Amino acid sequence: MASETTAAHGAEGAEHAAESSSLVFHPMDQFIVEPLFGGEIAWYTPTNVTLWLFLSIVAVIGLLVLSTSKRAIVPTRMQSIAELAYGFIYKMLEDICGKEGIKYFPYVMTLFMFIVTANFLGLIPTSFTTTSHFAVTIPLALAVFLTVTILGFVKNGAAFLGLFWVSSAPLALRPILAIIELISYFVRPVSHSIRLAGNVMAGHAVIKVFAGFAAIAVISPVSVLAITAMYGLEVLVAFIQAYVFTILTCVYLKDALHPSH
Amino acid sequence: MATEPFTEEVAGSCVDAGGSAIGMPQLCFDWFPNQIFWLVITLVVIFLVLSRVALPRIAAILAERQGTITNDLAAAEDLKAKAVEAEEAYNKALADARSEAQRIAAEARAEIQVGLDEAIAKADAEIAAKAAESEKAIADIRAGALESIQVVAKDTAAELVTALGGKADADAINGAVDAQTKG
Repeated sequence: MASETTAAHGAEGAEHAAESSSLVFHPMDQFIVEPLFGGEIAWYTPTNVTLWLFLSIVAVIGLLVLSTSKRAIVPTRMQSIAELAYGFIYKMLEDICGKEGIKYFPYVMTLFMFIVTANFLGLIPTSFTTTSHFAVTIPLALAVFLTVTILGFVKNGAAFLGLFWVSSAPLALRPILAIIELISYFVRPVSHSIRLAGNVMAGHAVIKVFAGFAAIAVISPVSVLAITAMYGLEVLVAFIQAYVFTILTCVYLKDALHPSH
Repeated sequence: MATEPFTEEVAGSCVDAGGSAIGMPQLCFDWFPNQIFWLVITLVVIFLVLSRVALPRIAAILAERQGTITNDLAAAEDLKAKAVEAEEAYNKALADARSEAQRIAAEARAEIQVGLDEAIAKADAEIAAKAAESEKAIADIRAGALESIQVVAKDTAAELVTALGGKADADAINGAVDAQTKG
Protein backbone atom coordinates (compact mmCIF):
# COMPACT_ATOMS: atom_id res chain seq x y z
CA MET A 1 0.00 0.00 0.00
CA ALA A 2 2.75 2.42 0.93
CA SER A 3 4.70 1.57 -2.20
CA GLU A 4 1.66 2.30 -4.30
CA THR A 5 1.30 5.82 -3.00
CA THR A 6 5.01 6.51 -3.35
CA ALA A 7 4.86 5.21 -6.91
CA ALA A 8 2.12 7.72 -7.63
CA HIS A 9 4.17 10.37 -5.85
CA GLY A 10 7.18 9.44 -7.98
CA ALA A 11 5.08 9.86 -11.09
CA GLU A 12 4.19 13.33 -9.93
CA GLY A 13 7.85 14.08 -9.30
CA ALA A 14 8.67 12.98 -12.84
CA GLU A 15 5.94 15.26 -14.10
CA HIS A 16 7.36 18.29 -12.29
CA ALA A 17 10.94 17.51 -13.31
CA ALA A 18 9.94 17.01 -16.93
CA GLU A 19 8.41 20.46 -17.25
CA SER A 20 11.87 22.02 -17.38
CA SER A 21 13.13 19.66 -20.12
CA SER A 22 11.77 18.95 -23.61
CA LEU A 23 9.86 15.90 -22.36
CA VAL A 24 6.28 16.46 -21.26
CA PHE A 25 4.87 14.13 -18.66
CA HIS A 26 1.29 14.37 -17.57
CA PRO A 27 0.70 10.90 -16.14
CA MET A 28 -2.08 12.08 -13.83
CA ASP A 29 -4.10 13.98 -16.42
CA GLN A 30 -5.94 10.79 -17.36
CA PHE A 31 -7.61 10.87 -13.95
CA ILE A 32 -9.08 14.39 -14.29
CA VAL A 33 -12.84 14.55 -13.93
CA GLU A 34 -14.37 16.65 -16.71
CA PRO A 35 -17.97 17.66 -17.32
CA LEU A 36 -19.37 16.11 -20.48
CA PHE A 37 -21.27 19.23 -21.55
CA GLY A 38 -19.12 21.96 -20.01
CA GLY A 39 -19.91 24.09 -16.99
CA GLU A 40 -19.06 23.65 -13.34
CA ILE A 41 -18.92 20.24 -11.70
CA ALA A 42 -21.80 20.00 -9.24
CA TRP A 43 -22.84 16.74 -7.57
CA TYR A 44 -25.38 16.01 -10.34
CA THR A 45 -23.31 17.12 -13.38
CA PRO A 46 -22.84 14.37 -15.98
CA THR A 47 -19.06 13.92 -16.24
CA ASN A 48 -16.67 11.44 -17.80
CA VAL A 49 -17.10 9.54 -14.53
CA THR A 50 -20.81 9.29 -15.31
CA LEU A 51 -20.08 8.10 -18.84
CA TRP A 52 -17.69 5.35 -17.82
CA LEU A 53 -19.83 4.26 -14.89
CA PHE A 54 -22.74 4.04 -17.33
CA LEU A 55 -20.58 1.99 -19.72
CA SER A 56 -19.77 -0.42 -16.91
CA ILE A 57 -23.51 -0.88 -16.36
CA VAL A 58 -23.85 -1.58 -20.08
CA ALA A 59 -20.97 -4.06 -19.90
CA VAL A 60 -22.52 -5.85 -16.92
CA ILE A 61 -25.90 -6.05 -18.66
CA GLY A 62 -24.26 -7.26 -21.86
CA LEU A 63 -22.21 -9.86 -20.02
CA LEU A 64 -24.82 -11.25 -17.64
CA VAL A 65 -28.21 -10.42 -19.17
CA LEU A 66 -27.93 -10.29 -22.95
CA SER A 67 -25.54 -13.25 -23.14
CA THR A 68 -27.99 -15.44 -21.21
CA SER A 69 -31.10 -14.29 -23.08
CA LYS A 70 -31.31 -17.56 -25.02
CA ARG A 71 -31.13 -19.62 -21.81
CA ALA A 72 -29.29 -22.28 -23.77
CA ILE A 73 -28.69 -25.67 -22.16
CA VAL A 74 -25.51 -25.86 -24.20
CA PRO A 75 -24.08 -22.38 -23.57
CA THR A 76 -22.62 -20.00 -26.12
CA ARG A 77 -19.23 -18.47 -25.37
CA MET A 78 -20.67 -15.35 -23.80
CA GLN A 79 -23.14 -17.36 -21.76
CA SER A 80 -20.28 -19.55 -20.49
CA ILE A 81 -18.50 -16.42 -19.32
CA ALA A 82 -21.62 -15.32 -17.44
CA GLU A 83 -21.98 -18.78 -15.91
CA LEU A 84 -18.29 -18.90 -15.02
CA ALA A 85 -18.50 -15.51 -13.28
CA TYR A 86 -21.61 -16.65 -11.43
CA GLY A 87 -20.05 -19.95 -10.37
CA PHE A 88 -16.75 -18.30 -9.44
CA ILE A 89 -18.27 -15.78 -7.00
CA TYR A 90 -20.93 -18.21 -5.76
CA LYS A 91 -18.33 -20.81 -4.85
CA MET A 92 -16.03 -18.21 -3.30
CA LEU A 93 -18.85 -16.96 -1.08
CA GLU A 94 -20.00 -20.47 -0.17
CA ASP A 95 -16.45 -21.66 0.62
CA ILE A 96 -15.68 -18.71 2.87
CA CYS A 97 -19.01 -17.86 4.52
CA GLY A 98 -20.83 -21.19 4.28
CA LYS A 99 -24.50 -21.61 3.48
CA GLU A 100 -25.53 -18.52 5.50
CA GLY A 101 -23.46 -16.34 3.19
CA ILE A 102 -25.45 -17.26 0.07
CA LYS A 103 -28.12 -14.73 1.10
CA TYR A 104 -25.62 -11.92 0.37
CA PHE A 105 -24.63 -13.30 -3.04
CA PRO A 106 -26.29 -10.47 -5.07
CA TYR A 107 -24.37 -7.82 -3.06
CA VAL A 108 -21.02 -9.55 -3.50
CA MET A 109 -21.72 -10.24 -7.17
CA THR A 110 -22.62 -6.56 -7.69
CA LEU A 111 -19.30 -5.48 -6.18
CA PHE A 112 -17.30 -7.97 -8.23
CA MET A 113 -19.03 -7.29 -11.53
CA PHE A 114 -18.78 -3.52 -11.09
CA ILE A 115 -15.08 -3.55 -10.18
CA VAL A 116 -14.06 -6.06 -12.82
CA THR A 117 -15.91 -4.30 -15.65
CA ALA A 118 -14.72 -0.85 -14.54
CA ASN A 119 -11.13 -2.13 -14.35
CA PHE A 120 -11.25 -3.66 -17.82
CA LEU A 121 -13.02 -0.66 -19.35
CA GLY A 122 -10.25 1.46 -17.85
CA LEU A 123 -7.73 -0.52 -19.92
CA ILE A 124 -9.19 0.81 -23.15
CA PRO A 125 -6.78 3.53 -24.34
CA THR A 126 -8.03 7.10 -23.66
CA SER A 127 -10.74 5.74 -21.38
CA PHE A 128 -11.40 6.95 -17.85
CA THR A 129 -10.75 4.48 -15.05
CA THR A 130 -13.43 4.97 -12.42
CA THR A 131 -11.87 2.47 -9.98
CA SER A 132 -8.63 4.50 -9.89
CA HIS A 133 -10.42 7.12 -7.80
CA PHE A 134 -10.63 7.01 -4.04
CA ALA A 135 -14.01 8.71 -4.39
CA VAL A 136 -15.20 5.43 -5.91
CA THR A 137 -13.28 2.84 -3.90
CA ILE A 138 -13.76 4.46 -0.48
CA PRO A 139 -17.57 4.33 -0.69
CA LEU A 140 -17.30 0.73 -1.87
CA ALA A 141 -15.05 -0.21 1.05
CA LEU A 142 -17.07 1.83 3.54
CA ALA A 143 -20.27 0.13 2.37
CA VAL A 144 -18.66 -3.25 3.04
CA PHE A 145 -17.30 -2.09 6.41
CA LEU A 146 -20.62 -0.65 7.58
CA THR A 147 -22.59 -3.64 6.29
CA VAL A 148 -20.30 -6.07 8.09
CA THR A 149 -20.31 -4.10 11.33
CA ILE A 150 -24.08 -3.59 11.42
CA LEU A 151 -24.76 -7.14 10.30
CA GLY A 152 -22.36 -8.45 12.93
CA PHE A 153 -24.18 -6.68 15.75
CA VAL A 154 -27.64 -7.50 14.41
CA LYS A 155 -26.85 -11.19 13.99
CA ASN A 156 -24.75 -11.77 17.11
CA GLY A 157 -25.51 -8.84 19.44
CA ALA A 158 -22.71 -8.17 21.89
CA ALA A 159 -21.18 -11.53 20.99
CA PHE A 160 -19.84 -9.80 17.88
CA LEU A 161 -17.25 -8.15 20.15
CA GLY A 162 -15.84 -11.66 20.64
CA LEU A 163 -14.15 -10.98 17.31
CA PHE A 164 -11.70 -8.76 19.23
CA TRP A 165 -11.31 -11.06 22.25
CA VAL A 166 -8.92 -13.82 21.21
CA SER A 167 -10.06 -16.58 23.58
CA SER A 168 -7.32 -18.96 22.45
CA ALA A 169 -4.55 -16.58 23.65
CA PRO A 170 -3.23 -16.44 27.26
CA LEU A 171 -5.43 -14.24 29.45
CA ALA A 172 -2.71 -11.65 30.05
CA LEU A 173 -2.24 -11.10 26.32
CA ARG A 174 -5.90 -10.77 25.47
CA PRO A 175 -6.34 -7.02 26.21
CA ILE A 176 -3.29 -6.18 24.10
CA LEU A 177 -4.51 -8.42 21.30
CA ALA A 178 -7.94 -6.82 21.59
CA ILE A 179 -6.42 -3.39 20.93
CA ILE A 180 -4.46 -4.73 17.95
CA GLU A 181 -7.56 -6.48 16.61
CA LEU A 182 -9.61 -3.31 17.06
CA ILE A 183 -7.06 -1.20 15.17
CA SER A 184 -6.80 -3.76 12.39
CA TYR A 185 -10.57 -3.86 12.17
CA PHE A 186 -10.81 -0.11 11.61
CA VAL A 187 -7.90 -0.07 9.16
CA ARG A 188 -9.78 -2.56 6.98
CA PRO A 189 -11.79 -0.04 4.92
CA VAL A 190 -8.65 2.06 4.37
CA SER A 191 -6.54 -0.80 3.06
CA HIS A 192 -9.52 -2.26 1.25
CA SER A 193 -10.15 0.91 -0.77
CA ILE A 194 -6.59 2.17 -1.26
CA ARG A 195 -5.37 -1.26 -2.39
CA LEU A 196 -7.78 -1.20 -5.33
CA ALA A 197 -7.46 2.46 -6.35
CA GLY A 198 -3.71 2.50 -5.73
CA ASN A 199 -2.98 -0.55 -7.85
CA VAL A 200 -5.11 0.62 -10.75
CA MET A 201 -3.85 4.21 -10.59
CA ALA A 202 -0.17 3.28 -10.28
CA GLY A 203 -0.27 0.96 -13.30
CA HIS A 204 -2.04 3.51 -15.47
CA ALA A 205 0.31 6.30 -14.39
CA VAL A 206 3.38 4.17 -15.12
CA ILE A 207 2.08 3.41 -18.61
CA LYS A 208 1.68 7.17 -19.17
CA VAL A 209 5.23 7.82 -17.98
CA PHE A 210 6.59 5.22 -20.41
CA ALA A 211 4.45 6.77 -23.13
CA GLY A 212 6.07 10.17 -22.37
CA PHE A 213 9.51 8.65 -23.02
CA ALA A 214 8.34 7.50 -26.45
CA ALA A 215 8.89 11.09 -27.64
CA ILE A 216 12.63 10.40 -27.74
CA ALA A 217 13.31 8.40 -30.94
CA VAL A 218 16.18 6.37 -29.48
CA ILE A 219 14.25 5.26 -26.44
CA SER A 220 10.88 4.82 -28.12
CA PRO A 221 11.26 1.07 -29.01
CA VAL A 222 12.14 0.34 -25.40
CA SER A 223 9.27 2.56 -24.34
CA VAL A 224 6.78 0.73 -26.57
CA LEU A 225 8.02 -2.62 -25.25
CA ALA A 226 7.71 -1.38 -21.70
CA ILE A 227 4.17 -0.14 -22.35
CA THR A 228 3.24 -3.52 -23.82
CA ALA A 229 4.66 -5.40 -20.86
CA MET A 230 3.04 -2.99 -18.42
CA TYR A 231 -0.28 -3.34 -20.21
CA GLY A 232 -0.11 -7.12 -19.89
CA LEU A 233 0.57 -6.72 -16.20
CA GLU A 234 -2.34 -4.30 -15.91
CA VAL A 235 -4.72 -6.82 -17.50
CA LEU A 236 -3.68 -9.20 -14.75
CA VAL A 237 -4.00 -6.51 -12.07
CA ALA A 238 -7.46 -5.52 -13.34
CA PHE A 239 -8.77 -9.00 -12.62
CA ILE A 240 -6.72 -9.75 -9.53
CA GLN A 241 -7.71 -6.52 -7.77
CA ALA A 242 -11.39 -7.20 -8.43
CA TYR A 243 -10.85 -10.72 -7.11
CA VAL A 244 -8.97 -9.51 -4.03
CA PHE A 245 -11.62 -6.89 -3.25
CA THR A 246 -14.36 -9.52 -3.52
CA ILE A 247 -12.59 -12.22 -1.53
CA LEU A 248 -11.81 -9.74 1.25
CA THR A 249 -15.47 -8.74 1.26
CA CYS A 250 -16.32 -12.41 1.74
CA VAL A 251 -13.77 -12.75 4.55
CA TYR A 252 -15.16 -9.68 6.35
CA LEU A 253 -18.67 -10.99 5.84
CA LYS A 254 -17.61 -14.26 7.46
CA ASP A 255 -16.52 -12.29 10.55
CA ALA A 256 -20.01 -10.83 10.78
CA LEU A 257 -21.67 -14.25 10.41
CA HIS A 258 -19.26 -16.26 12.56
CA PRO A 259 -17.38 -13.82 14.84
CA SER A 260 -15.66 -16.50 16.95
CA HIS A 261 -12.03 -17.12 16.12
CA MET B 1 -6.11 7.95 6.48
CA ALA B 2 -2.96 7.85 4.42
CA THR B 3 -4.07 10.85 2.42
CA GLU B 4 -3.03 13.59 4.89
CA PRO B 5 0.34 14.53 3.31
CA PHE B 6 -1.31 15.56 0.07
CA THR B 7 -4.12 17.73 1.38
CA GLU B 8 -2.23 21.02 1.05
CA GLU B 9 -1.62 20.32 -2.66
CA VAL B 10 -5.31 19.88 -3.20
CA ALA B 11 -6.27 23.22 -1.73
CA GLY B 12 -7.96 25.40 -4.30
CA SER B 13 -8.40 24.32 -7.87
CA CYS B 14 -7.45 20.80 -8.96
CA VAL B 15 -6.50 21.68 -12.54
CA ASP B 16 -3.93 24.28 -13.60
CA ALA B 17 -4.24 26.88 -16.38
CA GLY B 18 -2.93 24.42 -18.99
CA GLY B 19 -5.61 21.83 -18.14
CA SER B 20 -3.15 19.52 -16.40
CA ALA B 21 -3.78 17.97 -13.04
CA ILE B 22 -2.29 19.62 -9.98
CA GLY B 23 -1.17 16.79 -7.70
CA MET B 24 -3.38 13.74 -7.67
CA PRO B 25 -6.83 14.17 -9.21
CA GLN B 26 -7.87 11.36 -6.86
CA LEU B 27 -7.54 13.80 -3.97
CA CYS B 28 -9.57 16.61 -5.48
CA PHE B 29 -12.41 16.75 -3.00
CA ASP B 30 -14.38 19.14 -5.22
CA TRP B 31 -15.20 16.16 -7.43
CA PHE B 32 -16.09 13.74 -4.65
CA PRO B 33 -19.83 14.49 -4.42
CA ASN B 34 -20.22 14.07 -8.18
CA GLN B 35 -18.32 10.77 -8.27
CA ILE B 36 -20.07 9.37 -5.22
CA PHE B 37 -23.50 10.38 -6.54
CA TRP B 38 -23.01 8.63 -9.88
CA LEU B 39 -21.33 5.66 -8.22
CA VAL B 40 -24.32 5.09 -5.95
CA ILE B 41 -26.67 5.24 -8.94
CA THR B 42 -24.45 2.79 -10.84
CA LEU B 43 -24.30 0.34 -7.96
CA VAL B 44 -28.04 0.49 -7.40
CA VAL B 45 -28.72 -0.11 -11.10
CA ILE B 46 -26.26 -3.01 -11.28
CA PHE B 47 -27.65 -4.47 -8.06
CA LEU B 48 -31.22 -4.30 -9.35
CA VAL B 49 -30.29 -5.78 -12.73
CA LEU B 50 -28.35 -8.60 -11.08
CA SER B 51 -30.81 -9.47 -8.33
CA ARG B 52 -33.96 -9.12 -10.47
CA VAL B 53 -32.84 -10.44 -13.86
CA ALA B 54 -29.35 -11.81 -14.29
CA LEU B 55 -28.75 -13.95 -11.22
CA PRO B 56 -32.17 -15.71 -11.11
CA ARG B 57 -31.85 -16.38 -14.83
CA ILE B 58 -28.35 -17.84 -14.59
CA ALA B 59 -29.40 -19.88 -11.54
CA ALA B 60 -32.37 -21.21 -13.53
CA ILE B 61 -30.13 -22.09 -16.48
CA LEU B 62 -27.68 -23.93 -14.25
CA ALA B 63 -30.47 -25.76 -12.42
CA GLU B 64 -32.12 -26.69 -15.71
CA ARG B 65 -28.84 -28.00 -17.06
CA GLN B 66 -28.28 -30.01 -13.89
CA GLY B 67 -31.81 -31.40 -14.22
CA THR B 68 -31.28 -32.29 -17.85
CA ILE B 69 -28.04 -34.06 -17.06
CA THR B 70 -29.66 -35.99 -14.22
CA ASN B 71 -32.62 -36.93 -16.42
CA ASP B 72 -30.39 -38.01 -19.26
CA LEU B 73 -28.34 -40.15 -16.91
CA ALA B 74 -31.51 -41.74 -15.53
CA ALA B 75 -32.80 -42.36 -19.05
CA ALA B 76 -29.48 -43.94 -20.02
CA GLU B 77 -29.66 -46.15 -16.94
CA ASP B 78 -33.22 -47.12 -17.93
CA LEU B 79 -32.22 -47.99 -21.47
CA LYS B 80 -29.31 -50.01 -20.19
CA ALA B 81 -31.62 -52.00 -17.91
CA LYS B 82 -33.96 -52.54 -20.85
CA ALA B 83 -31.11 -53.78 -23.00
CA VAL B 84 -30.10 -56.26 -20.31
CA GLU B 85 -33.73 -57.38 -20.05
CA ALA B 86 -33.98 -57.83 -23.80
CA GLU B 87 -30.78 -59.85 -23.83
CA GLU B 88 -32.14 -62.08 -21.08
CA ALA B 89 -35.39 -62.56 -22.97
CA TYR B 90 -33.44 -63.42 -26.11
CA ASN B 91 -31.29 -65.96 -24.25
CA LYS B 92 -34.38 -67.46 -22.66
CA ALA B 93 -36.13 -67.74 -26.02
CA LEU B 94 -33.02 -69.35 -27.46
CA ALA B 95 -32.86 -71.89 -24.63
CA ASP B 96 -36.59 -72.61 -24.98
CA ALA B 97 -36.28 -73.16 -28.70
CA ARG B 98 -33.33 -75.45 -28.17
CA SER B 99 -35.15 -77.61 -25.59
CA GLU B 100 -38.27 -77.68 -27.79
CA ALA B 101 -36.19 -78.88 -30.71
CA GLN B 102 -34.65 -81.57 -28.53
CA ARG B 103 -38.09 -82.64 -27.31
CA ILE B 104 -39.44 -82.87 -30.87
CA ALA B 105 -36.42 -84.83 -31.97
CA ALA B 106 -36.82 -87.26 -29.07
CA GLU B 107 -40.50 -87.69 -29.85
CA ALA B 108 -39.81 -88.40 -33.47
CA ARG B 109 -37.12 -90.85 -32.52
CA ALA B 110 -39.51 -92.65 -30.15
CA GLU B 111 -42.21 -92.82 -32.83
CA ILE B 112 -39.79 -94.23 -35.33
CA GLN B 113 -38.57 -96.72 -32.73
CA VAL B 114 -42.12 -97.95 -32.14
CA GLY B 115 -42.68 -98.46 -35.88
CA LEU B 116 -39.34 -100.11 -36.19
CA ASP B 117 -40.02 -102.46 -33.30
CA GLU B 118 -43.35 -103.45 -34.82
CA ALA B 119 -41.80 -104.06 -38.20
CA ILE B 120 -38.98 -106.06 -36.64
CA ALA B 121 -41.44 -108.16 -34.63
CA LYS B 122 -43.53 -108.77 -37.71
CA ALA B 123 -40.51 -109.66 -39.74
CA ASP B 124 -39.26 -111.95 -36.94
CA ALA B 125 -42.64 -113.72 -36.86
CA GLU B 126 -42.62 -114.13 -40.61
CA ILE B 127 -39.09 -115.39 -40.51
CA ALA B 128 -39.98 -117.84 -37.73
CA ALA B 129 -43.02 -119.07 -39.70
CA LYS B 130 -40.95 -119.50 -42.86
CA ALA B 131 -38.19 -121.28 -40.90
CA ALA B 132 -40.75 -123.66 -39.32
CA GLU B 133 -42.23 -124.41 -42.75
CA SER B 134 -38.84 -125.00 -44.21
CA GLU B 135 -37.82 -127.25 -41.32
CA LYS B 136 -41.02 -129.27 -41.81
CA ALA B 137 -40.30 -129.57 -45.55
CA ILE B 138 -36.72 -130.62 -44.79
CA ALA B 139 -37.98 -133.22 -42.26
CA ASP B 140 -40.46 -134.53 -44.82
CA ILE B 141 -37.77 -134.70 -47.45
CA ARG B 142 -35.43 -136.41 -44.98
CA ALA B 143 -38.12 -138.88 -43.98
CA GLY B 144 -38.94 -139.50 -47.63
CA ALA B 145 -35.28 -139.99 -48.45
CA LEU B 146 -34.80 -142.48 -45.57
CA GLU B 147 -37.75 -144.44 -46.67
CA SER B 148 -36.54 -144.49 -50.28
CA ILE B 149 -33.09 -145.55 -49.13
CA GLN B 150 -34.59 -148.44 -47.14
CA VAL B 151 -36.74 -149.50 -50.09
CA VAL B 152 -33.79 -149.24 -52.48
CA ALA B 153 -31.50 -151.00 -49.99
CA LYS B 154 -33.99 -153.86 -49.46
CA ASP B 155 -34.56 -154.20 -53.16
CA THR B 156 -30.87 -154.10 -53.83
CA ALA B 157 -30.19 -156.61 -51.03
CA ALA B 158 -32.92 -158.94 -52.28
CA GLU B 159 -31.55 -158.70 -55.83
CA LEU B 160 -27.99 -159.29 -54.55
CA VAL B 161 -29.05 -162.34 -52.51
CA THR B 162 -30.96 -163.73 -55.48
CA ALA B 163 -28.05 -163.06 -57.80
CA LEU B 164 -25.72 -164.92 -55.46
CA GLY B 165 -28.00 -167.93 -55.64
CA GLY B 166 -29.70 -167.64 -52.40
CA LYS B 167 -33.17 -167.28 -51.50
CA ALA B 168 -34.14 -163.94 -50.35
CA ASP B 169 -35.53 -163.98 -46.90
CA ALA B 170 -37.59 -160.80 -46.79
CA ASP B 171 -37.68 -160.57 -42.99
CA ALA B 172 -33.93 -161.02 -42.58
CA ILE B 173 -33.19 -158.46 -45.22
CA ASN B 174 -35.64 -155.97 -43.69
CA GLY B 175 -34.11 -156.47 -40.26
CA ALA B 176 -30.57 -156.01 -41.57
CA VAL B 177 -31.40 -152.87 -43.60
CA ASP B 178 -33.25 -151.38 -40.65
CA ALA B 179 -30.30 -152.11 -38.37
CA GLN B 180 -27.87 -150.55 -40.88
CA THR B 181 -29.93 -147.42 -41.62
CA LYS B 182 -30.77 -146.80 -37.97
CA GLY B 183 -27.41 -145.46 -37.03
